[in-house]
Amino acid sequence: MSGFQHSTYTPKTGLGRWFDQRMPLPRLVYDSFVAYPVPRNLNYAYTFGGILSMMLAIQILTGIVLAMHYAANSGLAFDSVEHIMRDVNFGWLLRYAHSNGASFFFIAVYVHMFRGLYYGSYKAPRELLWILGCIIYLLMMATAFMGYVLPWGQMSFWGATVITGFFSAIPLVGDWIQQLLIGGFAVGDPTLNRFFSLHYLLPFMIAGVVVLHIWALHVAGQTNPTGVDVKTKGDTVPFSPHATMKDAFAMVAFLFFFAYVIFYIPDYLGHADNYVQANPLKTPSEIVPEWYFLPFYAMLRAITFNVGPINSKLGGVLVMFGSIALLFLVPWLDTSKVRSAVYRPWYKLFFWIFIADVVMLGWLGSKPPQGVYPTLALIGAIFYYAFFLIIMPVLGLIETPRKLPNSITEAVLQKKAGGTLAPAGATAAPETRS
Amino acid sequence: MKNVLKGLAAFGIAAALAAPAMAQENAAEPMHFPIKEPPQLHWSFSGPFGTFDKEQLQRGLKVYKEVCSACHSLNMVAFRNLEALGYSEAQVKAFASQYQIQDGPNDDGKMFERPGKPSDYFPAPFPNEEAAAAANGGAAPPDFSLIAKARAAERGFPQFIFDIFTQYTTAGPDYIHALLTGFHQTPPKGLTIPSGTYYNPYFMSAASTHMPPPLSDGQVKYDDGSPETVNQYATDVAAFLMWAADPHMEVRKEIGFRVMIFLLIFGFLVYLTKRKVWNEVAHSH
Repeated sequence: MSGFQHSTYTPKTGLGRWFDQRMPLPRLVYDSFVAYPVPRNLNYAYTFGGILSMMLAIQILTGIVLAMHYAANSGLAFDSVEHIMRDVNFGWLLRYAHSNGASFFFIAVYVHMFRGLYYGSYKAPRELLWILGCIIYLLMMATAFMGYVLPWGQMSFWGATVITGFFSAIPLVGDWIQQLLIGGFAVGDPTLNRFFSLHYLLPFMIAGVVVLHIWALHVAGQTNPTGVDVKTKGDTVPFSPHATMKDAFAMVAFLFFFAYVIFYIPDYLGHADNYVQANPLKTPSEIVPEWYFLPFYAMLRAITFNVGPINSKLGGVLVMFGSIALLFLVPWLDTSKVRSAVYRPWYKLFFWIFIADVVMLGWLGSKPPQGVYPTLALIGAIFYYAFFLIIMPVLGLIETPRKLPNSITEAVLQKKAGGTLAPAGATAAPETRS
Repeated sequence: MKNVLKGLAAFGIAAALAAPAMAQENAAEPMHFPIKEPPQLHWSFSGPFGTFDKEQLQRGLKVYKEVCSACHSLNMVAFRNLEALGYSEAQVKAFASQYQIQDGPNDDGKMFERPGKPSDYFPAPFPNEEAAAAANGGAAPPDFSLIAKARAAERGFPQFIFDIFTQYTTAGPDYIHALLTGFHQTPPKGLTIPSGTYYNPYFMSAASTHMPPPLSDGQVKYDDGSPETVNQYATDVAAFLMWAADPHMEVRKEIGFRVMIFLLIFGFLVYLTKRKVWNEVAHSH
């Protein structure tokens, strides 16, 4: 399915031919984003890759302008952010777009990842594609965490204290790593300076890995909801205009929700305490990370007991980092030959329980670690691990999948014939054509 | 094997369903602040088309100036910003000149005082946080520039879901109003109030606050005939502080409305284009 192997690009102008012989950039763009064949049965869950590219661009553009007005100094940072909000022309828009943009970036990446898990997008020959995605996700988490520290509010400061504190749990080198991260013995001005520097660097590293991610995608080609490989030309449509128009519509729809939050409830996803300047002498009553880290935070706090030489703190840190490390192994943990959950009734059921489990963990992450909450979080964490380490490998061996269609086109036609309602597009076609 | 799987699945679902119920039983155990939920008021700036009531903001400014500013600074608001409250340039100039602002050093290297200018910021009542704490029983009164955004009582499930659709963004002013009108209540039995503090069931950090009840009926004179009651003062100053924390709220909602309309129309056009492109695929085998 490689667009690169059989290029159909023929430059029409003299300049085009001149360019093509020296540096075939137009050919690369044409092959990757115009002629590149995509399966004809992709649904809207497959539009989030495009949406994520858009969000990365929005974050980089708003971030560059914000950095022009921001002061990375513990004495000035909080006021400089308020200066942006009050005195910089449309500074409030830039800042709200950037801070909520991080949240929407994560909304999109979670849909993108769950789609991959549902349709088995990580299976051969797309293991590297999946792993590159996991690396992007890790970089995103680091970028978002450091970005949240920059406004230098109470949650920024105490969140940074708690999260860098994780590293001190590592035996032997833990304290050294923690001090390297925060540039001293406590979170302070050196922390803010290095986080700002790294927060500016990491998005460009993300962009670099995104290029590799898309490269790997264009070698293997997209999966599709049936999980059946593309067999004939009739199974695909050219990227432009089909995928471009569908992605464009999904992007506008996504922007609609994004705009709703920016303009009407811009502080909804944030924490009120972050409008209070960082105070190292005053701990907030509850330290809560941003919503997109809550499931991991819940698993961290679920380990309240020591296991042999591993104390509860190190145990929690291992469980939390392990929960992300597991994602890298998914291509080899899933033993099923069938890609798509559509044809795997048991996997489909466990997938949705897994989603419910992650949502429950997210909710527990926002609760104080008292009463029944740590126990529930422990149950949630056990299921999270069991999903990857037991359910995925075992189901592939014992589950009887449903019959796969012979081809993508067959699946599409079956769906049309089987549905009681004719597809909206088919009936409306004559009108739009006139 | 199938039965084992079914059992597992049932267990998972049961655990997920049981979780909220079990959590609620335990929630009452530790003392949770605020003790009472702040009542939800209707504000002129609530909702997608809400705007500030300028007369209310002017009254709120008066309350801040005559009462709150004795202890609470407003560091991020400049006198020039007050034009947004409906004052003319000349009125702002006159208002600013009532204040003495420290400036300098002059050519002799001395600091000096001069009347305020519109470009100056509200001067703080205390020279530094330590002085503020020393004069107030050890707790420095917080700055008021962002207080309406920095205070929000927890909303809890499912209220926080509804808040997305009702666009509830007035937790701050609701809290300020509740706190200011929440003094002079009898604490529940068994609750001891430390001396030098005042019981207030709406206070977010504890059962009582170091702040004495700041408002009383008739304390601030209103020129526009509004009732001179604690409730009215509290409402007006809460609105004023919301403006101070979020001065671009009106323009944000105005632009937002245009952006939403644009995205709706643009999205519809893109959808039609997409449908036209894909209709041709639907007929090919």
